[in-house]
Amino acid sequence: MGELLLRMEGISKAFPGVQALSNVDFELNKGEVHALLGENGAGKSTLMKVLTGIHSKDSGSILYQGKEIDVPDTRTAQNLGISIIHQELNLAPDLTVAQNIFIGREPKKMFDLFLDEKKLNDRAKNLFETLNIKLNPKDKVGNLSVAMQQMVEIAKALSFNSKILIMDEPTAALTDTEIDSLFTMIRKLRSDGVGIIYISHRMEELKRITDRVTVMRDGTYIGTVNTQEATIDQIISMMVGRQIYQNQRPEIKNRNSEKVLEVKNLNRGNVIKNVSFDLHKGEILGFAGLMGAGRTEVARAIFGADMRDSGEIIINGKPARIKSPTDAVQHGIGYLSEDRKQYGVMLEMDVKANITIATMKDYLKLGSLNNPKINDQSSAMVKSLRIKTPSINQLVKNLSGGNQQKVVIAKWLTRDSDILIFDEPTRGIDIGAKDEIYNLLNELAAQGKSIIMISSELPEVLRMSHRVIVMCEGRITGELINDENISQESIMTLATQRIG
Amino acid sequence: METPSTQIIIEDKEKKIRFKSNALQQFLAFASLIVMVIFFSLASPNFFQFDNIIGILLSTSVIGILALGATFIIITSGIDLSVGTVMTLTSVMTGIFITSMGLPVIVGVIGGILTGAVAGLISGLAIAKMNIPPFIATLAMMMIAKGLALVISGAAPIYFTASPEFTKIAMGNIIPGLKIPNAVLIFFVMAIIAGIILNKTIIGRYTFALGSNEEATRLSGVNVNKWKIIIYVLAGVFTGIAGLVMAARLNSAQPALGQGYELEAIAAVVIGGTSLAGGKGTILGTVIGAMIMSVLTNGLRIMSVPQEWQTVVVGIVILFAVYTDVLRNKKAK
Repeated sequence: MGELLLRMEGISKAFPGVQALSNVDFELNKGEVHALLGENGAGKSTLMKVLTGIHSKDSGSILYQGKEIDVPDTRTAQNLGISIIHQELNLAPDLTVAQNIFIGREPKKMFDLFLDEKKLNDRAKNLFETLNIKLNPKDKVGNLSVAMQQMVEIAKALSFNSKILIMDEPTAALTDTEIDSLFTMIRKLRSDGVGIIYISHRMEELKRITDRVTVMRDGTYIGTVNTQEATIDQIISMMVGRQIYQNQRPEIKNRNSEKVLEVKNLNRGNVIKNVSFDLHKGEILGFAGLMGAGRTEVARAIFGADMRDSGEIIINGKPARIKSPTDAVQHGIGYLSEDRKQYGVMLEMDVKANITIATMKDYLKLGSLNNPKINDQSSAMVKSLRIKTPSINQLVKNLSGGNQQKVVIAKWLTRDSDILIFDEPTRGIDIGAKDEIYNLLNELAAQGKSIIMISSELPEVLRMSHRVIVMCEGRITGELINDENISQESIMTLATQRIG
Repeated sequence: METPSTQIIIEDKEKKIRFKSNALQQFLAFASLIVMVIFFSLASPNFFQFDNIIGILLSTSVIGILALGATFIIITSGIDLSVGTVMTLTSVMTGIFITSMGLPVIVGVIGGILTGAVAGLISGLAIAKMNIPPFIATLAMMMIAKGLALVISGAAPIYFTASPEFTKIAMGNIIPGLKIPNAVLIFFVMAIIAGIILNKTIIGRYTFALGSNEEATRLSGVNVNKWKIIIYVLAGVFTGIAGLVMAARLNSAQPALGQGYELEAIAAVVIGGTSLAGGKGTILGTVIGAMIMSVLTNGLRIMSVPQEWQTVVVGIVILFAVYTDVLRNKKAK
């Protein structure tokens, strides 16, 4: 094993309301590929943002090449030789490959008045030759495939003579051949002594490319193992932990009731691949999977928010033509987006307006709004959903996350939606309020509403779902009945099951 | 022999198709201009006359110079609503310097250009440092400049009759024997300078980078605020020059004139294929866009279409020009 390159010790970082990192350690050697693993929200990205100067740490120390360093901004990190390739590629699509690589460091000529485009392109060309990458410096980045854009990012990172290269989910958008090329590149860098921090959810990649694995969970450091000595199962159990899930399992009553929704062979580009499933009356159907597995995309396709390439949607036994959210709403489908603030509520409007906005037509009297009726309806909803608000005239932005979510639920209930799709219903909601939302979901199911619940929190999936569908890379990789045989581990195994 | 293959080979099929659609768009604006010229030449014998063509170019010059500056702003995905009234303010300031204070013409010229630059600096500071959206910051600057122009001039035109050489800036013929007014030459020279700045200098590079992906630019260690301010100052300089040309053409500074020019400048930029979403645009496109607007107005006038209807037609042309851009972007996705 190579010599120590980086040691992060006792790193803590808090954001308003969240302790994102508490006392995290991490180590990296020269010529090592070190995987950083954890579920969504485990703190991997935050840790890397601390290392690259995007976030400042609250406490802890960073030792780099034997010296303690301070990374106040991204420039400093770059100059130190610490580069990150973000999951969302950070390139300017309208500039060329060479222009992107040397942005901020453009060679100039004639008393620095003009850009030296020739030198710029030559430098890029030399860089590509040393790295053995086939890229044309003059191509526009926006015209390149994702894999090629990633190569541009790697080249850019290495043009700073990086000693540490952080790759965040580098294979997420790549095909298998492209992954092979990427791994060839990584092996070359490793033999050149570069330390690589590799963030990925794909278990089978770890064995192929990494030397060690460090696991994080809920903002804390769990442990580090040598990849060759550990089993995938071991790593998964480190990731999910064993606490929390001692809660009661849901009572499963409605498994054999009538089917209200049948989805058959749904396809959309690369994101949804041949998805079929049924939803029964009064059922809570959990959708588990990692970020980018295609769960939200399935929900949006059913809801008509995105066009689907093919696939049939059958509601109550009859084929439904859903081409837009308006169609979906008319068929009794409600969709509660994961991004509540952007798609769910109007923060600057009051509770009653938010609750009744989807059914305005019902409150018109001679063309003007019938306020007593709006007030009655809203008050009734506030009462039945136990929305904590001083009055129905309160602005929604003044409510807590949990109560905002209830306002969204109320909105869909006023439309008599029978099929409710909840996308991450408890994201950004504190623990106490989560219970309230769970009780509400259970009550709705008991009343005969059928619920699809997309959730990235496994304890939540296990606590709420009658059945669980697991997705990975646009495919359904498993359907599980929520009984004694199910566990966070079994779901995680399915969620990381790539089909080669 | 076994050689370790470290070649990175990735296919890229879509590239060629997209390249074609980009080139097509470049060509489209120019083709429509040619078609218009041919159409009006056939429709009226008075259109394709030397004097009329010069008239078209002359009427393009002020809007055109404004549009050159606006091109930079719009490529950064910003907007500048203040150029019309700032232009008025610069011509009023030039009038104050030359006529009221009796300073030499050259001082008035430099003072006018500086006025534009300062207005750009203030807008840029408001946008970059105070985080005020460009639309609002420049709307405020529009009103400030409009008010100041009226206050400073006492709401009355300032004439340059005492300095006969001033009007030559726009209306003289610097090239002997060729009856092309200087205003037109200034427009073309400014267009060439703008083209060089946009394509050959660091300012141009960051103009595209800001509009293409500001966050990526920032994360690359570029001081995006500084460059934003510089770009607004640059646009202010263009506005100042437009103000000079305007004042010299009219041989007076008209404090009530100018509002509305900013929208025509934006229209010229947009017709020329620069995307309001930022990251894309050319100076040539803007020059063509400005010419399309004046050819259209001039041609319709020669065909005796009432002025009110001319405006309607220009509006429709803007809709179509932007719609082709929307279609193109949709295809690219």
